[in-house]
Amino acid sequence: MSFRDLLRLSAQSALRARLRSLMLLLAMSIGVASVVVLTSLGEAARRYVTGEFQALGARLIIVIPGRSETGGVAPGLLSGETPRDLTLGDAQAVLRITEVERVAPLVVGSAPVSVGALEREAPVLGANSDFLEIYAFELQRGRFLPEGELAADRAVCVIGANIARELFPARDALGANLRIGDRRFRVIGVLGDEGRTIGLDSQELVIVPVGAAQALFNTESLFRLLIQTRSREALPRAQQAVVAAIRERHQGEEDVTVITQDALLSTFDRIFTALTLTLAGIASISLVVAGVLIMNVMLVSVSQRTAEVGLLKAIGATRRQITALFLTEAVLLSIAGALAGLAVGFAANWAVRGLYPALPLHAPFWAIGLALATALVSGVLFGWTPARGAAQLDPVAALAGRK
Amino acid sequence: MIELRSVSRHFVMGDQQVRALDEVDLRIESGEYLSIMGPSGSGKSTLLNIIGLLDRPTSGEYLLDGRDTISLSDDELALMRGRKIGFVFQSFHLVPRMTAFENIELPMVLAGEPAAQRRRRVTELLDSLSLADRAHHRPNELSGGQRQRVAIARAMVMKPTVLLADEPTGNLDHASGAEVLNAIESLNAAGITLLVVTHDIEVGDRARRRIRMRDGRIVEDREKEAVSG
Repeated sequence: MSFRDLLRLSAQSALRARLRSLMLLLAMSIGVASVVVLTSLGEAARRYVTGEFQALGARLIIVIPGRSETGGVAPGLLSGETPRDLTLGDAQAVLRITEVERVAPLVVGSAPVSVGALEREAPVLGANSDFLEIYAFELQRGRFLPEGELAADRAVCVIGANIARELFPARDALGANLRIGDRRFRVIGVLGDEGRTIGLDSQELVIVPVGAAQALFNTESLFRLLIQTRSREALPRAQQAVVAAIRERHQGEEDVTVITQDALLSTFDRIFTALTLTLAGIASISLVVAGVLIMNVMLVSVSQRTAEVGLLKAIGATRRQITALFLTEAVLLSIAGALAGLAVGFAANWAVRGLYPALPLHAPFWAIGLALATALVSGVLFGWTPARGAAQLDPVAALAGRK
Repeated sequence: MIELRSVSRHFVMGDQQVRALDEVDLRIESGEYLSIMGPSGSGKSTLLNIIGLLDRPTSGEYLLDGRDTISLSDDELALMRGRKIGFVFQSFHLVPRMTAFENIELPMVLAGEPAAQRRRRVTELLDSLSLADRAHHRPNELSGGQRQRVAIARAMVMKPTVLLADEPTGNLDHASGAEVLNAIESLNAAGITLLVVTHDIEVGDRARRRIRMRDGRIVEDREKEAVSG
């Protein structure tokens, strides 16, 4: 039997039994579509997160007080020691390192912010002028914090777009006064409507100089220390120097955690890749289920076509030919189902891209390959037993309609 | 050219052994026209199935055209069946989703014959059996007589030397039945060995040689006397 004739006969058989073939197609296409969509979601999440972190820049070092092992144990819990504060003194020491271009010490807290009778709670960030260079916030109006001594305590602030809208509904915020706690600050700038950037929603923020924040919250310790190195190449040396400098100032204790973009990126990349693979694995289970359905449907098909198998044997079909006929039908349906599933998956991705532009779904190539390969393997694997069963029917009994 | 020596066929049904054929000896020359008759359970269908290589004897020898068939594998039997033997069944056994043309060409497709050859041969057969205008109809669009003629065409498409018919007129009315018998008898006249299993005496009596079976044995084997006048 020529390959063309084999395909023709199998396709003819599949097309003739419409309901049966449709069920097979549906099962397989749901499985494939879910692999496509779920891996696209995982991939989009990964790209989003790593993209956000990449925006931080390849020259950025973040110092966090307290040494945290990735095991997640809180610093000080096991050793019995509390971490020393990260201070402005540390920040100044770091600034003296040659490979360091600029630093931004950060203090974070929450305080009531009021203008006249209007009041609301808002997150307050203490920073310096260099923070804008490092974090690249968008300024809608006015300017950012002024340059100067790190410890400077000036009564100026930069507010987020929502704060401006809520507390200065009728007038221009620029140049006006507001109260944070019971201190008065003058608004010198308003941030743009940019939105979230890794944990800091810029629209809700009130930014003041570090010194002012430390006075407000009555603390010497920094929340974070952001460091920008002179170049990408200088970063590893800078990292070592920063750790050494702080360790020296902290009586030989290395009680800070240092994060760089590379480490972060690779960690997140690993996490999200694992997530995506897990999703793919879960979705693949549905492909296995589809395979079981294939076997079921083919078994029914064989039992309904017993007389036909007997007839084929009577006119000279070998066992291999009969196996080939039924197996090819199962595989053809699997492939057709897989292609239909790909179409549905792509359509779903396209729809989500249209409705939620922030979530660009694109099916990764490896997922497409995985889906097609699994569909094919399912078709062969689960079509094999029924096809063999057909081949081994006794022709006399089969013709009589018995098994 | 068909030679059975001491052929037996035993079945195990539940806990009983059934002897469908019991030490049968039979010799059939090329071009003969044979009918096999007997009550149900006499083994006539089993005999036909064994001759047609659809079934294997439990013991004994079966030589087809001088070749021993007992030692052949299932695949070798299948190939031999396809080349040498044509089957016509009582219930036609046409593939419902295929047209008459596609049903007839099926043995050639299985044998790997190219499409052009197939078309030529099938058209030839359709013409000779007056089915030319039915070529692209499906079985459910054909009468009983037409279906059986399609089955005959299919049986003949590979130019076999033996035609085996198991109750060929069983599902047909008298007129269609006569048509079908005429068709297979003209094939016999052209040299094909013809075996017809039937319980209908009118049909069985048309054959030149008549075999009666009972309980798995041949109890009668007569040649028709020449009719004088």
